[in-house]
Amino acid sequence: MNNHEKKNISQAIGNFFLTIFKEQTILIVFGFIIIGMGISSPVFLTRRNLLNIFLQSSMIGITASGMTFVILMAEIDLSVGSVAAFAGVLAAKLQVMHGWTTMPAIALTIVVCFGIGIVMGIVVAKLGVHSFVVTLGMLTIARGFALIISEGHPISGLTDSFKYLGQGKIGIFPFPAVLFLIIVIICWFFLSQTKFGRGIYSIGGNKEASRLSGIPVDLYKIIVFGVCSAMAGLSGTILAGRVNSGQPIAGESHNLDAIASVIIGGTSLFGGRGGVGKTLIGTLILGILRNGLNLIGVTPYWQRVFIGTLIIVTVVIDRVQHRKEA
Amino acid sequence: MKLESITKTFPGVLALDRVNFDLKEGEAHILIGENGAGKSTLIKIISGAYKKDAGTIIIDGNELEIHNPRHAQELGIATVYQEFNLIPYQSVAENIFLGRQPLKKGPLRRIDKPRMNREARELLNSLEIDIDPKIIVRKLGIAQKQMVEIAKAFSVQSKICIFDEPTAALTPNEIQELFKLIQRLKSEGVGVIYISHRLEEVFTIGNRITVLRNGQYVDTKNADEVSTADLVEMMVGRKIEETRLDTGRKIGPEILRVEELTGEKFHDVNLNVREGEIVGLAGLVGSGRTEVLRTIFGADRAKGGSVFLKGEGIRIKEPKHALARKIALLPEDRKVDGLVMCRPVDENIILSSLDSVSTAGILKKGKILKRVLNFIKKLDIKTPGHKQLVVYLSGGNQQKVIIARWLCAECDVLLFDEPTRGIDVGAKQEVHNLMKNLARQGAAILVVSSEIPELMKICDRTYVMHEGSISGEFDAEGLTSDMILNAAFGRTKKEAV
Repeated sequence: MNNHEKKNISQAIGNFFLTIFKEQTILIVFGFIIIGMGISSPVFLTRRNLLNIFLQSSMIGITASGMTFVILMAEIDLSVGSVAAFAGVLAAKLQVMHGWTTMPAIALTIVVCFGIGIVMGIVVAKLGVHSFVVTLGMLTIARGFALIISEGHPISGLTDSFKYLGQGKIGIFPFPAVLFLIIVIICWFFLSQTKFGRGIYSIGGNKEASRLSGIPVDLYKIIVFGVCSAMAGLSGTILAGRVNSGQPIAGESHNLDAIASVIIGGTSLFGGRGGVGKTLIGTLILGILRNGLNLIGVTPYWQRVFIGTLIIVTVVIDRVQHRKEA
Repeated sequence: MKLESITKTFPGVLALDRVNFDLKEGEAHILIGENGAGKSTLIKIISGAYKKDAGTIIIDGNELEIHNPRHAQELGIATVYQEFNLIPYQSVAENIFLGRQPLKKGPLRRIDKPRMNREARELLNSLEIDIDPKIIVRKLGIAQKQMVEIAKAFSVQSKICIFDEPTAALTPNEIQELFKLIQRLKSEGVGVIYISHRLEEVFTIGNRITVLRNGQYVDTKNADEVSTADLVEMMVGRKIEETRLDTGRKIGPEILRVEELTGEKFHDVNLNVREGEIVGLAGLVGSGRTEVLRTIFGADRAKGGSVFLKGEGIRIKEPKHALARKIALLPEDRKVDGLVMCRPVDENIILSSLDSVSTAGILKKGKILKRVLNFIKKLDIKTPGHKQLVVYLSGGNQQKVIIARWLCAECDVLLFDEPTRGIDVGAKQEVHNLMKNLARQGAAILVVSSEIPELMKICDRTYVMHEGSISGEFDAEGLTSDMILNAAFGRTKKEAV
């Protein structure tokens, strides 16, 4: 190996760490939070507790994975919480009132949710209404339908196979957590390895340039809203399985938690930068903070203050680091 | 005003290295240099946007520090930036008096609109600018916005006025208007600092010229002592060949033909481009040149007319239809319509050829890397690596990234809209050579440019547009800039005489 190569390699290693530091600030934060919590609470690092965190994070995580696509395109979806509640109620009603077995009930529910997303996507892409407005409208509409379908009451009496969705285990791992990881991997694959993913990043970075480069902007937008709603639907059915019933008022905090997970992970609200891996970390940070703060005796009221601050601080750090790019 | 040994460093870059500069009352001092030479940094220090690391600033004999843009304004330094700082949805008067609106008396301190409009009108009249102060800024053309910007700069009494590439987006007669204004300012004793990439202008309005190169002061000359060639040499540090290179270019059969094409801003446009030919499209800003290109490409909808590719009638409704036919558009504003700034070079280059490097929608990363590296090398794109974000490249290299994108997509009908706007002399030459090479390899090129010398240098044939229709067509042989100008103003030869 000659000197030149050596220099290149050392430079590459330097660059690698620099990038880690700049791009993966959040990973470092993540590490510190885990270490800090581990020191503060003896219970925190037990297997049982960690699996519990994973389980509690997985529903928000699944929604947040879908949300990542939307935010990467510089759009927003405020309706996911309501759509999740709608999905839980719809699947429960199909099973309890109409005697559907679990698989068809859930499949139909997810398809319906996908359709809801497609409709929002069409309004956004083809009619040019801002996604904030469209999804804000859907937030109310979906909640309304959840209440209409359930007549305002929880629908309980789900079969065991439905409950397995929220309560089952594969080995020691909770089923929702496994599902969450699988979904993250699938989303990662789509975002980083496919034409579709490239299209999403470029649309988020510059919509007009993407259109002029031949990317089917409208089509991709519509699909992405469909995907996001479908994911929200899936997480709504898992939630129903977990609490043994379809709750029309479930998921009130789901919207903000999902968006917060994406942002804390480090995906830019301006679009074009980020990824589902970051969302995985963001979701876990949120889960760990809640859990850890509970363990060390911080009241839920203060927890809200901490988490809110964290959201703002992450975005500030992102703005400072990427000032020129946005 | 006098600046001595100004030094400024950014992380990893010495942006200005002991630069000297001085300005006398009533003179226009031109600042030139390639992109990255430090012109903008120097200007930003004078206007208070950046702080200098070392050196002294002396104004009217007093040594002082300029703390921030507001402080600079109070010192009588007005700046007209390249990118406008106007609020599009407010009126001209509101923009001029932004933050300093005249207020009514009384506890509410409401804005005194009639007074504001009156004062704005007086100001505009005194500068001989013909714009209604009540009009909303968004409705103005680029040149008019610039005039508003100038008026804004002069709404406070200024002794020094800085123009950062004011003519980049202006048409020849608008430039004349601007120069008249600058002359007036000079005659009133205002010192003008003027940055430009266009060397022709330098001699028209400049008294003295200072050249910067790589953050270093090269020299200051009187405008009547130097030639364009001297300046270019000073800027680049080497001689640039400024001749037409047309060796071995063969013009083949017709590739693109447009018949009776009509859109929002133009009508009944007929033109054609042949294989290996570079055809220019001249005209004033707003004459419909850009719109013609955009409509051929499918970025805008056509209202009528037809487009033929190699004799076959084609219908293009969307850019992707054009790309499928290997027609590409290099847009006028690369930042807005061309590049995904927050994504790396490789993704930007491959963006339009994703189909050819993927199977069933899954990307073949190895193939992409090979292609991207090939184009970075072929077009000599200066970037630390293929993963560098496009936003960090210089203007010329950004332009090359877009060209690489189209070449990567194997496009051979190339529509170039202001391909060298805002890039420096060296990079300009490179882009010109690149265009000629492409033509030599059989591409058909249609290029819109506001710089007549550029069209005369590279085009085999030039169409001129006037108010939405073609008003002239000229071969390169015997073409003079007067002929283009007259056609652009819609004058026939007789009237011109």
